[in-house]
Amino acid sequence: MRGLLRYRLFLAIVAFDLLVLAFRPATGITLFGHSWRVLAQMLGLLPPVFLFLGLLDVWVPRETVMRFVGERSGVLGMALSIVLGAAAAGPLYGAFPIAEAMARKGARYLNILIFLGAWSTLKVPMFLFEFSALGPRFAVTRWAVNVVGIIGMAYLIDRLMSPAEKAILGSGTAGGGRAERTRS
Amino acid sequence: MWACGPCAAGVRCGIVLYMDGKPICAADRYILRGDTRLTTAILYLLAAAATAASYFADRARTVQALRKAKASLLNILPEFSVVLGLVGIMLTFLSPALIQRYIGAGSGVPGLLAASVVGSITLIPGFVAFPLAASLLARGAGPTHIALFVSTLMMVGVLTFPLERRYFGRREAILRNGLAYVFSFVVALIVGAVVGR
Repeated sequence: MRGLLRYRLFLAIVAFDLLVLAFRPATGITLFGHSWRVLAQMLGLLPPVFLFLGLLDVWVPRETVMRFVGERSGVLGMALSIVLGAAAAGPLYGAFPIAEAMARKGARYLNILIFLGAWSTLKVPMFLFEFSALGPRFAVTRWAVNVVGIIGMAYLIDRLMSPAEKAILGSGTAGGGRAERTRS
Repeated sequence: MWACGPCAAGVRCGIVLYMDGKPICAADRYILRGDTRLTTAILYLLAAAATAASYFADRARTVQALRKAKASLLNILPEFSVVLGLVGIMLTFLSPALIQRYIGAGSGVPGLLAASVVGSITLIPGFVAFPLAASLLARGAGPTHIALFVSTLMMVGVLTFPLERRYFGRREAILRNGLAYVFSFVVALIVGAVVGR
């Protein structure tokens, strides 16, 4: 019962979808078609991502992550975070679990925010699409402004958050669950 | 006359692109190239290879890794399922044709607001968004509006807000999305100034 309760919002959405299907069958079929495709997209991304994160958790020592993107990684850590985010593929929600794994391994909060920003808008495959669809001037200008903006916003958010608020990420509320929390 | 049918992305956007001189649906053109499926295949292959390598190196550790992966996924699944449901609804009621109308509609401040709001609540892949934006540009929509739509589309996630809040906490989710929304206007004005000349 408690398990089902966690899905109450999702179940409400499904109920809405069914109502649409009942009263507007054509729209309902489109709706379920779209939802199905989103599900397929999520299934294409999430299982391997979580698998990688599980492996990363047991194989990569905390010291390694800290050395590359930790508190004292400096400019190199920031550059690495941008490269990591830009090399990614897939929608932004794929970056959230990775960000949480980074936090658990001792990555600097600023770098996690930079990674998130780079993933959202600096992804190389998307840049190539944009370049061909909207032209070099459009794509290059947007990319350049974004690099500056992402780092600036990351600094700002980093300053505006208290250590306790930053600790939410990686505290086990979303990722590893209770076992993870009692372990650390 | 070529008519837009339901394409591989399941939308009737009415946007026509040309491939080898033949008209083709914009989304179909990118899906036909197999980009997304290829990404998925590579991702799955890499994950399988990594798991196999790990298994040969240390069986107990790999089992532990798999348990952790399963636990983290199940733990966050309620939030992901909500995103799934919301995106499904958004795609149905905010079709590319409608998005096009909102962004292409107004010039000036109301048009900018419309483009930014639509960009913030939509979550569509680049292979649909960029051709859509390109066709709008070709029809004379302002580059500022297009840049604003593209920027908010990528950086601001209203539908993924519940998920982000669960991972990062409420304050980060509000700050990041809020700042990204404001910053998108800066990006748009600069892109508009550079491209518009």
